[in-house]
Amino acid sequence: MSQILDRNMDIGPFVPQPDDDLIICRCEEITKGEIRQAIHDGMFTMNEIKRYLRAGMGLCQGKTCGRQVKGILARELGMSPAQIDDCTPRSPNRPAEMRVLGNEVDKV
Amino acid sequence: MSGTNTADIVIVGGGIVGCASAYYMAQKGFRVLVLERGSIADGASGRNGGGVRQSARDVRELPLAMYSIQKIWPFLSEELGVDVEYHQDGNLRMARTEKHLEILKGKTEDCKKAGVDMWMLDQKEVQQICPYLSDAVIGAAWCPTDGHANPLAATLGYYRAARRLGVRFITGETVVKLERVRGRLCKAVCSSGNWYEGDQLLVAAGYVSRRILNTAGIDIPIFNKADECLVTEPMEHLFWHMLGTADGDFYGHQTAHGSFVFGGDTGMEWFYKTDDPQNTRSTAITVGSTSRAIMKYCPILGQAKIVRTWGGWCDKTPDLIPVIDRVEELPGLLVACGFSGHGFAFSPAVGKVLSELAAGEETCVDVSPMRYNRFDAQN
Repeated sequence: MSQILDRNMDIGPFVPQPDDDLIICRCEEITKGEIRQAIHDGMFTMNEIKRYLRAGMGLCQGKTCGRQVKGILARELGMSPAQIDDCTPRSPNRPAEMRVLGNEVDKV
Repeated sequence: MSGTNTADIVIVGGGIVGCASAYYMAQKGFRVLVLERGSIADGASGRNGGGVRQSARDVRELPLAMYSIQKIWPFLSEELGVDVEYHQDGNLRMARTEKHLEILKGKTEDCKKAGVDMWMLDQKEVQQICPYLSDAVIGAAWCPTDGHANPLAATLGYYRAARRLGVRFITGETVVKLERVRGRLCKAVCSSGNWYEGDQLLVAAGYVSRRILNTAGIDIPIFNKADECLVTEPMEHLFWHMLGTADGDFYGHQTAHGSFVFGGDTGMEWFYKTDDPQNTRSTAITVGSTSRAIMKYCPILGQAKIVRTWGGWCDKTPDLIPVIDRVEELPGLLVACGFSGHGFAFSPAVGKVLSELAAGEETCVDVSPMRYNRFDAQN
């Protein structure tokens, strides 16, 4: 369940970190610094970070970077990762070609 | 709870209408507080095909679309400091049969009557605009002023800009009841027990608006109709225009990022179970159905990999245009809901209009056809 988040809560200023250029979302090539900046722009949930930056929208759909993004978000907000909801999972589980998903036996 | 729970205007709903209204209201100097039960853009704003059309619109809402397309969309990225990926590169509605051509000729005539430029193309002209289509496409209707934008970027862009103007957003608060205070309908009570009060209150909560407004004794007829989309992996850029069909069996475009986003109807959308409307998973039948529809018109996309599908709810009214109004018998209450699946395109103008209604000013677009009390028996 989503918790009450006052978006005016003080999370301190954005302070650059030496590893901000580290790529976290490999599919969409989103760096740690971009994710931290998005949080300071007000993106306080996993779904908002995904919608704003595309982190987790690539071929792996966040299976690779989800935990890392959540860890970064938890640290910036001063929360435990256990308090943060995952992104909404989306089907299909793996990328599948349109001609495969459209190929139902009784429709060809 | 830190901070005060009062403001000049309390907005229920953190979608694009709530966020855009908050932004334009804050520009007018109002202190605004927005309540959202989930995350920003969780409802129809985050489950959205992104079309920005003038063509085939109800003439009553066309002025809102025209205002948005002429006065707001082209400048919105610059204004918000977020790339909303607006493109105005036309809309190709394709035909494969003579019957399709007849349907499109009818739509073209309707659009011309409404003052929107649209014309028919023969097969050769269609191939010149989009050489990736099947030979089965024998003609199309072309509207050059249609386009698309990124609904996620636009909603979060308005959110970010509104915050910078001092708007306070509280998420995770589910409004369960509206109450009067000293004769004004301006208090929102949440499931947490918290409450928020303003001089005015705007309900812009998508299909949930009906339930919320019921607690104030107002019933706006809204029916939840499902809508589902699929998204492909990013591909080499093929075209910027929108694609659609005479039958309306699919629609979509290629995004700035390279993915194709396509929506499609199976014909079963009106009959989804709506008892748990927060359950907006996509269904197994839609992705196959939409894929087959797309491949009939654009076979090369058969090799495109689908990475994601999603579903959401359109808040349909009986006449399929929204309610954008001030509720006369409940002073303080403003309503914007029932966008019926095509509100994204003109949401910037709606935000502006609502800020003007809140300020008691003349609105930039006439919204008198969007009255809340227009629904009546036909005889």
